[in-house]
Amino acid sequence: MTINPRLYPLLATIGIFVVGYAICYLQFPAMLSTRVIGNLLTDNAYLGIVAVGMTVVILSGGIDLSVGAVIAFSGVFIAVLLRDTGLHPIVVFALLLVLTSAFGAAMGWLIHALAMPAFIVTLAGMFLARGAAYMLTIESVAINHPFIVTLQNAYWLMPGRGRLTLIGILMLLAVVAGVLIAHRTRFGASVFAIGGGEQTARLMGVDIGRTTILIYAFSGLMAGLSGIVFAIYTGSGYPLATVGVELTAIAAVVIGGTLLTGGAGYVVGTLFGVLTMGLIQTYIVFDGTLSSWWTRIVIGLLLLAFILLQRGLLKLTAFGDARA
Amino acid sequence: MGRMARRLAPQILTLAALVALVSVFFPNFINISFDGSRFVGPIIDVLKRSAPIALLAVGMTLVIATRGIDLSVGTVMAIAGAVAAWAITSGLGLPLTLALALAAGLAAGLWNGALVAIIGIQPIVATLILMTSGRGIAQLITEGRILTFSDPGFAFIGSGAVFGIPFPTVLWMATAVAFAVLMRRTALGLLIEATGVNRAASALAGVNATVILIAVYMASGLCAALAGIVTTADIRGADANNAGLWLELDAILAVVIGGNSLLGGRFSIAGSILGALIIQTINTGIVLSGFPSEYNLVIKAGLVIIILVLQSPNLSADWIYLRSVLLPRRAD
Amino acid sequence: MLLSIRSLSKSFPGTKALQGVDFDLAAGEVHGLLGENGAGKSTLIKCLTGAYRRDGGEMFLQGHSINPTSTAEAQTLGIGTVYQEVNLLPNMTVAQNLTFGSEPRRFGLVDARMQSRKAREILAPYGIGIDVDRDLGAYPVAIRQIVAIARAVELSGKVLILDEPTASLDAAEVRLLFSIVGRLRDEGLGIIFVSHFLNQVFELCDRVTVLRNGRKIVTAETAQLDRLRLISHMLGRELEEAERHDRGASGQNAERREPMIRFEGLGRAGMIEPFDLSVERGEVIGLAGLLGSGRTETAQLMFGVRSAGSGTTEDAQGRVAHGSPREAIAAGFGFAPEERKADGIAAELSVRENIILALQARRGWMSRIPRAEQERLAAHYIEKLDIRTSDAEKAIGDLSGGNQQKVVLARWLAMNPRFLILDEPTRGIDVGAHAEILRLIHEITAEGMSILVISSELDELVAVCDRVIVLRDRRHVAELVGEDVSTDAIVRAIAKPDAAKVVEPA
Repeated sequence: MTINPRLYPLLATIGIFVVGYAICYLQFPAMLSTRVIGNLLTDNAYLGIVAVGMTVVILSGGIDLSVGAVIAFSGVFIAVLLRDTGLHPIVVFALLLVLTSAFGAAMGWLIHALAMPAFIVTLAGMFLARGAAYMLTIESVAINHPFIVTLQNAYWLMPGRGRLTLIGILMLLAVVAGVLIAHRTRFGASVFAIGGGEQTARLMGVDIGRTTILIYAFSGLMAGLSGIVFAIYTGSGYPLATVGVELTAIAAVVIGGTLLTGGAGYVVGTLFGVLTMGLIQTYIVFDGTLSSWWTRIVIGLLLLAFILLQRGLLKLTAFGDARA
Repeated sequence: MGRMARRLAPQILTLAALVALVSVFFPNFINISFDGSRFVGPIIDVLKRSAPIALLAVGMTLVIATRGIDLSVGTVMAIAGAVAAWAITSGLGLPLTLALALAAGLAAGLWNGALVAIIGIQPIVATLILMTSGRGIAQLITEGRILTFSDPGFAFIGSGAVFGIPFPTVLWMATAVAFAVLMRRTALGLLIEATGVNRAASALAGVNATVILIAVYMASGLCAALAGIVTTADIRGADANNAGLWLELDAILAVVIGGNSLLGGRFSIAGSILGALIIQTINTGIVLSGFPSEYNLVIKAGLVIIILVLQSPNLSADWIYLRSVLLPRRAD
Repeated sequence: MLLSIRSLSKSFPGTKALQGVDFDLAAGEVHGLLGENGAGKSTLIKCLTGAYRRDGGEMFLQGHSINPTSTAEAQTLGIGTVYQEVNLLPNMTVAQNLTFGSEPRRFGLVDARMQSRKAREILAPYGIGIDVDRDLGAYPVAIRQIVAIARAVELSGKVLILDEPTASLDAAEVRLLFSIVGRLRDEGLGIIFVSHFLNQVFELCDRVTVLRNGRKIVTAETAQLDRLRLISHMLGRELEEAERHDRGASGQNAERREPMIRFEGLGRAGMIEPFDLSVERGEVIGLAGLLGSGRTETAQLMFGVRSAGSGTTEDAQGRVAHGSPREAIAAGFGFAPEERKADGIAAELSVRENIILALQARRGWMSRIPRAEQERLAAHYIEKLDIRTSDAEKAIGDLSGGNQQKVVLARWLAMNPRFLILDEPTRGIDVGAHAEILRLIHEITAEGMSILVISSELDELVAVCDRVIVLRDRRHVAELVGEDVSTDAIVRAIAKPDAAKVVEPA
């Protein structure tokens, strides 16, 4: 049995991660420990969650530039509400998720109703969310609610004394949820259909408007969840936080093997994209002599490699299109 | 001239209204005085500070006219700044320093243009590569430090004045005029617009669309390099992390506020310049008026949404339909 | 009757796409729908599938009046469609495509294993053993068509519309498709088969209906219809000799003029078989043939839009390179493409800019044509070609089709080419402009320019051409010269009975 070609980019992603980890291990045997793995998951939890939402958006052929700003807004929202009101964090979280989902849905509606590029609509969303965060506070606000502190310190001790933290688990759950939604629901099928061709999707009976709204609402929900995780992780809300995270998330999605033009990819690949990026950073920390800017350059090269790989694959696997 | 004034009336009115609005809260806004060597005043400050956005907007206008977008201009600024700072601190002299920095911008543009025009990658994807990795390259050049220098000639580009007018202002104005003249005195403007409106038809008419596309990305890279040089000269140092950070978004916004469609075609450099001035007036005005600067982004968001509604193909179709129903049909 | 359509009408601004068309489809019948571009075939199908709302008339499915408002609704009613181009999603698996919208689910989630099994069940009767878990795009077009048919039958099950399904298939694939269509007919489906390959229509269809200019011309049993009659129905000429316009000395006993360009063995696999063509100074050559016979492909190879697989081109000076539009233009060629909106005009630019575009492109960006000269050129051609526009600065997209065509013509006349290719120059333009364009063709050849005209309107070719090349099945099959050029002769050449086998593209 041969390997299904649709799996190639995903296999390439996983392969790069495994080979990368092997190289790290050969150089620094200490890197193969549950402690490092635990940290990898914890440190990249917020990125992983937001990247799951971004994967769904990109699978549909769209893009969401607002997510970094939404994460920052979420942190500030949580911090300010916990400081100024007596609401329980759970209530605050629920309010926030409703708010960010509605915000995403509104952007989706605008994209569909105005027939304008998602790029520019979500750019406006980015300004709006960042501005709203500034309007709540311009300073960093610490979160010292005991419940949050409890969440911060919640972890499961893995064999080898590695800590699988609550937020790490949350990220893995988000990935699982993303996999199920993208690959095992009719909504997910509609997302792939729109990414494959809006015209055809319409002919096959997809409700484009409703699906577009849901896609961006899902991205908003994931950005909100990522904001909660980031607030727990940093223990504060700061309106200038997570600037540029949307680009990191997009890069993770592409390195995860998803086609940036939409219609092909795997949510689980995004997890490996995030972990690969985390691995590069960990390697640089372990090495100690390498400078941090190499992270960006290597990520850029990976990005280029995947974009070219997919253009090549598209040509290779698209049978007979040249004749049609 | 009348045509152009009519085309740009919304932008001119917006700018005038903004200036008036800021003056209500900060009456000294339009005061200009001469301190013996140069003009000073808030308006002059706006004209100086708008240099990076205005320069980027000039190149971005051309890219957007071909239905493209250049997300990398902010990082190209950082790269050019880093190259310039490295060259000047290595004692290469001002002319060679400037030449190297501009060459870096052109090379970045060539890279983007080749990915778009030859390999056929979507512009937003192609330029994203340089956007994510470019700051790493800039840091590679500065070795992670903020490279500072004290060359008075180079510093003049950022803080000097010509006939009392800040040099950055002179530079962006000269660049804008040079590009506008180049576009309208040669056939480049027409060829760019034709490529943006219908690449297939243009190619069948013999337009070398591939070369045109590469050229606009190189122009954008050149403008970004100029902006990077100005920013670096202004702070007398290259900050690879922060130089030009998020300015690509402001530049795109300036182009769109200037009435240029993201769907390509007709373009106006003057419009984009007005857009850049509008953005900078908001930036400066909010601070001067005593409003918290956090309003800035919300106002920008509002502006984008208004423009999107005005430009939306859906709504304009409705509008044409409405007009055709309401107005009696003219005989053709 | 399974499906009855009574006096269906549909108008678009400026054109009546369908006027009082009747159409009947019986269960267990393959019914061919024929007509050239613009005859109203696709409008009829779109009304039937809910993509368009009809203006007038009625449609009955099994006696019940139907009024679908979307393709999805038409599907639920029982009408499924397979298009030539836009079909299923190549980025999703065969199984996903087949079950899209009705995925088997367990606990609210799509059950992938059931999905694959269901897909295999749907495909089983079609006899193609493919891995349903692969991307649809990984399979050849023929397989994709069959999957699309399987999906349409599965969802609808009463009426199946096949819109040019064989356009990009080879002979073996056509066989496979036909056996499937035959089986579906035997199972009692009503099938509407739209095609421009007459052989296939004769082989497959029980009855045919011909549309022309939005009207139904005839419905007849295939067995009682001969090829000649069918073609004349489609092309709109009864077989009497059309009046031949005065072409001066040109038609007289083929007094050969000086040769200008010789194409030898020009061809490309899958597009057009290699052909020879010698173009003489000041002559008008017509390309006749049904849609899909290789007319446009011939023009595209000549102008370098697609690169030729074989062949050489020479003129008096030696080899002529025309591997790209820019080279072709440098060689003195011009090309007004068939798809005016997509490939001809830059809609937002002004009439003036559209006229000077090619000229400017040839001069290069540095030597801009001075504005005064541009305006003079625009004014000259607006007057000469009688382009109806309020002024030269009006956006060309706001002009009528005929005037847009004249602007494209003006663009090439301004270049003063030696060889001008016009692909369907009168398509979609009104009668008045039509005659003017034919008059223009006469005028410009008088100045020594040679023209190649592609047209599906035979009287038009007869009126203007010195020579007509007839194409069939992607091959140049006949050449009519001078006095021999008549609609009658062209129709006979197109219909030559020796071509009664299934189309075999190169």
